[in-house]
Amino acid sequence: MTNSTRNVRRSTLINGQQRPSPVSSVVKLLVFAIACTLVVLPFAAIIATSLAPSAQVTAAGGMVLWPERLDISAYQAILSGGVVTRALGVSGIITILGAVLSLTVSSMLAYALTRSALPGRRAITLLLIFSLFFNPGIIPMYLAVQQFGLLDSLAALIVPTCLNAFNVIVLRAFFGNLPKDVLEAAEIDGAGEVTMLARIVLPLSKAALAVIGLFYAVGYWNSFFSALLYINDPKLWPLQLVLRSYVTNDNQIGTADVASGILPAQVTMQMAILVVSIVPIVCVYPFLQRHFAKGALTGAVKG
Amino acid sequence: MNSTKRAARLRRSAPLLALAAPGVLLLLAFQYYPLVGNVIAFKDYLPFVGVWESPWVGLENFELIARGDRRFVNALTNTLIITLVQVLLVFPVPIALALALNSMVSDRIKRIVQSVLYLPHFLSWVIVVAVFQQFLGGAGMLNNFLRANGLDTFSLIGNADLFIPLVTSQLIWKDAGWATILFLAVLSQVDTSLYEASTMDGAGRFRQMWHITLPALKGIVILLLILRLGDALSVGFEQIILQQPAVGIEASEVLDTYVYNAGIVDGSWSEATAVGLVKGVVSVLLVLGANKLAHLFGEDGLYRS
Repeated sequence: MTNSTRNVRRSTLINGQQRPSPVSSVVKLLVFAIACTLVVLPFAAIIATSLAPSAQVTAAGGMVLWPERLDISAYQAILSGGVVTRALGVSGIITILGAVLSLTVSSMLAYALTRSALPGRRAITLLLIFSLFFNPGIIPMYLAVQQFGLLDSLAALIVPTCLNAFNVIVLRAFFGNLPKDVLEAAEIDGAGEVTMLARIVLPLSKAALAVIGLFYAVGYWNSFFSALLYINDPKLWPLQLVLRSYVTNDNQIGTADVASGILPAQVTMQMAILVVSIVPIVCVYPFLQRHFAKGALTGAVKG
Repeated sequence: MNSTKRAARLRRSAPLLALAAPGVLLLLAFQYYPLVGNVIAFKDYLPFVGVWESPWVGLENFELIARGDRRFVNALTNTLIITLVQVLLVFPVPIALALALNSMVSDRIKRIVQSVLYLPHFLSWVIVVAVFQQFLGGAGMLNNFLRANGLDTFSLIGNADLFIPLVTSQLIWKDAGWATILFLAVLSQVDTSLYEASTMDGAGRFRQMWHITLPALKGIVILLLILRLGDALSVGFEQIILQQPAVGIEASEVLDTYVYNAGIVDGSWSEATAVGLVKGVVSVLLVLGANKLAHLFGEDGLYRS
């Protein structure tokens, strides 16, 4: 739509469509308000309960919507060392290490696939695309991880999910759309492939790399399946398994599980664990949301 | 190609291979090698003997499928019912949300609503299940409120009869907002002059919706239905395995949890692998079949050969 028609039609049309009637606008707003409340309210109550004093929570019989006064003893208890603290460490390590490794391996493969000099380029591309269509199965995966000697190790939480074919395809599409003349000029100047990737392609793709990297990071932080399957030793439990044990399965957090010795009400500690596991996601969320809408499209259209 | 060019090409191919190698190795090790591991479906797998040395038994492990083993049939039935309910109830929600968002007058409200509704997609299933428990469980917020006001309490959590409504509402809560992205993207590409021309011709909002907006969504809806059909036999492994202790196996066992429980928990490795293998093959066939169907209806579908 050109600017002039937009001005003319502003009063009756939006995006060219007829303006909705006031009644339908009100109904829509109401539906959106309810939907947003259903998403926001649980978060608000979880945060409020985690910060409420134990007496208030006990009196309310569970969750509260507003803490009478701020009480951080639940956080002190779970972060004083013990099960949750250790799980935070495990999740932190696999998230950072995993995201760095995944991003490195994925961008190397994606770059190589954009170069016509890569031997077997077509075969590798097919290998990558076919892998999107099937899932090897739970038990064969378990047996493979076992045969590689990775069971009950941090590596089992990183290596099997290190390469996401979909992410490689998105990156390949992005790298392939970079201006050709810059790369050709570097090639004529005698730059090697590694130099071209490190000095030209990666610096030009910072936004795309950040988004894919964050996606890998969120995946590792949230990973539950790998841990359930490959980890028996509770010392190697990531946060998601601790959440399952102490929050969804409602096992008691005992004095053996925290180092501080003070135990606030069970519910406030459970909510504090939830908050600790949600906060990193909420922190990277604005960035993800802004950039990924575009990324999802590139992948959907080209993949 | 002359010889200097070929030499230059060769000088480039070695470093390129080195760059591709780690990714290709991971792909082979964790996508294609495990595929070979499915041979234990045709063996009597003994963990202490190993995959390759375990004795062959032909199709023995597939017998439980053929004779309709009770536990297997239960898992299959639950899977199909949940898939059907999800296609009917979950699939249309993001389309409706996207249509409503697309016709919002205020861009600011639209952006705020999007930001809020996309968020749950990024939370893990453990968190989503925990949130639902805290709100709808026996000691959850809803029941505390009902009790405090002298009303009857009810529990959606841990109630085998309400398990399907529970998993369905969890899925809507988590992913319906995020799923609007694709529909909104398609809607934003609709040529606005179509709407303007139809306005000139006197079309109202509903005729515009019927003749312009909905046809624009047809392609993407068919594509997503094909993908969903390929996944017809997989329903949220993590979501369901987390809630099995609360509702029991009978109501909540689906094919993926069956493979996990029978194989890794109970140790019937080979039989569970056989079920997993059949499930995988059927899924691929479903995608190919659905794609063919899309072509018959004159749509592009997933790919064209």
